[in-house]
Amino acid sequence: MINALISKKDLNIEKSIDWAMKDSAGCLSVFVGRVRPKTNKKKVKYLKYEVYETMAIEEMKKIAQKASSRWNIDRILIHHRTGIVKVGEVPVVIVVSAEHRKDAMSACRYLIDTLKSTVPIWKKEVFNDGEKWVFSHA
Amino acid sequence: MKVKVLAFGIAKEIIKKDTINLELKAGVKVSDLKLILEECYPGLKKTAFLLAVNNSYVSNRKSIKSGDEIAIIPPTSGG
Repeated sequence: MINALISKKDLNIEKSIDWAMKDSAGCLSVFVGRVRPKTNKKKVKYLKYEVYETMAIEEMKKIAQKASSRWNIDRILIHHRTGIVKVGEVPVVIVVSAEHRKDAMSACRYLIDTLKSTVPIWKKEVFNDGEKWVFSHA
Repeated sequence: MKVKVLAFGIAKEIIKKDTINLELKAGVKVSDLKLILEECYPGLKKTAFLLAVNNSYVSNRKSIKSGDEIAIIPPTSGG
């Protein structure tokens, strides 16, 4: 089962975990992103995300399907913010449930790495004295 | 034929618009459209970008059809 969402509001980590704590799951692997206060020692004011929503949802489902075909997975949740996300807030949550930890952890890592390079989402770092588009650190 | 081109991220800033409506000859391929866009908006030559057609990444050889929704996808940076 796949749960993909682009949201203008705060992401709820607890509810995301609850959604995956079902069926035959024996474990969950969770990735939570956080807006860090500094980038290359420079203070970040906030991040501004832009998302091509229809395609982003399609791509999230595609990478989730790929993960499901590669590992023995129960549920996959991928939630991502759009718009302004402040320092300390959560821009992305990924939860993978599986019977066994190796599958859950491998799939979770694959999902966040692939999301960064293929899902059409762009982030801009806004500083006190300017702003800059970020290009994938893949 | 008419197609809609959406621009995102740095491409939107270069073009200064989020949507362009183009009139193209029939049979134009994705690779041709990339060159047309770079000719109309030379700033695009400064960034790498892919074109998506109807919400999917496609090969450069794909032919574009009337009514397709094209999107300019500069390097992504989600997460």
